Amino acid sequence: MSFIEVKGLKKSYGDVHAVRGVDLEIAQGEIFSLLGPNGAGKTTTVEILEGFRTRDAGTVSVLGFDPQSRGHQSREWRNRIGIVLQSSADAGDLTVLETIEHFSGYYSNPRKVDEVIYAVGLVEKESALIRTLSGGQRRRLDVALGIVGNPELLFLDEPTTGFDPEARRSFWALIQKLRSDGTTILLTTHYLDEAEALADRVAVINNGVIIEVSTPAELGGRATSQATVTWRDGDTVKSERSDNPTALVSKLSSLFGGEVPELVVSRPSLEDIYLEMIGETHE
Amino acid sequence: MNKIPSALSLGIRRGGLEIRQFARQRESVVFTLLFPVILLAIFGSVFKDTIAPGVTFSQYFLAGMIASGLVNTGFQALAITIPLERDFGALKRLRGTPMPASSYFIGKSILIFVSMVIQILLLLGFGILFFGVDLPTDINKWITFTWLVLLGSACSTALGIAFSIVPKSGRGASAVVSPIVIILQFFSGVFFVFTQLPSWMQHVAAIFPLKWLTQGMRSVFLPDSFASQEVAKDWETGKTAVILLVWLAIGIFFSVRKFKWDRD
Repeated sequence: MSFIEVKGLKKSYGDVHAVRGVDLEIAQGEIFSLLGPNGAGKTTTVEILEGFRTRDAGTVSVLGFDPQSRGHQSREWRNRIGIVLQSSADAGDLTVLETIEHFSGYYSNPRKVDEVIYAVGLVEKESALIRTLSGGQRRRLDVALGIVGNPELLFLDEPTTGFDPEARRSFWALIQKLRSDGTTILLTTHYLDEAEALADRVAVINNGVIIEVSTPAELGGRATSQATVTWRDGDTVKSERSDNPTALVSKLSSLFGGEVPELVVSRPSLEDIYLEMIGETHE
Repeated sequence: MNKIPSALSLGIRRGGLEIRQFARQRESVVFTLLFPVILLAIFGSVFKDTIAPGVTFSQYFLAGMIASGLVNTGFQALAITIPLERDFGALKRLRGTPMPASSYFIGKSILIFVSMVIQILLLLGFGILFFGVDLPTDINKWITFTWLVLLGSACSTALGIAFSIVPKSGRGASAVVSPIVIILQFFSGVFFVFTQLPSWMQHVAAIFPLKWLTQGMRSVFLPDSFASQEVAKDWETGKTAVILLVWLAIGIFFSVRKFKWDRD
């Protein structure tokens, strides 16, 4: 069953065609990541799905509801989704606990407040005023407010910007936990390693259109692309691209009589593939 | 599946939260609540004249300060703080939750009403202790006072929410809003005796609610004999109610139709 269905979505701001015909289908239970450079139409697409913007053309269904309709049904719909926006810096004079508790009151079936605080790792900070939190702690509070309503569908916009590596790892664990609890997640991120670690499928958007939708491992023909074998031969580092890296390595091994000095066999990273893809469509 | 909480119950919860937040911002508590008292102290000490038999300027000024307190704590505070909340992304985040817009408005109204009541008590207490202001003994005057405060604060709140769409940014909001309020106070007979103002100022002031609120407050706190000193030789209580209701309707219309949750 698909939770999000988008067909022929278009949106312009004056002469700027931000979104020029996007099709998307996101299934229940998956983590779907939308990748793209700034100005690619990523934020516009997501904000239309979140109900913050209206569209010019196309059809959009999110949990079976058109996000741009208003009225009581819209409240019922918002009760089932969670949104973590890019930046918010409000209510600095409330404590973490007060804020999460208050937001939990907006929903019909909220998560337990102490469980949410534990999940985002703010237990020690629960009585701290928000304005005393660090950037990363604040971001974790944003996430707490996004998940406290126990959403079926969670929008995460650049969730780990400003996190240190350790905080990112623990955040990733939290997201995987949410998925295993059945939450469907639409993640937009600048970090390719984040998409790779979390997403079941990724879509690359550029110039207002989706270029490709695939798993992180297969994006851009990554799984079948040539491997690069590098090694040291005397004073020089040599490198060769190959469809059969194993054969090449065993040839090298017999050449060197055992160990190949500084041997590395690599395939293009998701980032390499991604940069190549968005480079191709840039004039 | 439980039901989503009602708009009213969420509004009351928001009111509690708004008050808690407000109380923790010491600067704004002092500025919003004590500033009118300080003004009263200054003007009351400088101008000690008697402007009519049994009416001192400080009594006249107290009525004006209570009226403009309704404008300050409501219109001015909201038209400045809501654009700030919008800049911070707080409004957009709320928009993404099932909390309805009406709950947000109810929360703001509760905050404004509570701070108005505190301010009025401070001004009255100060006036009684230091400027020989007598509280009215006539029950009808208290009835007038009650509906003036209720209608005035509703009007001020609705117009403040409506006007919050005007400032382009949170930082610029106070530069847009404060001059309007100060000019209105000068024109509406808060700092000067209204009938001594040039008639064009009186005509301009008569369009806006503050002039009618100050006149209404004078009808409560000054002796009835003073009514003959007003422009219309009368307190014009009925007209005051009608004009405030019209402005309330305008405020509600624009708040509901045009409220902006996001920066762009």
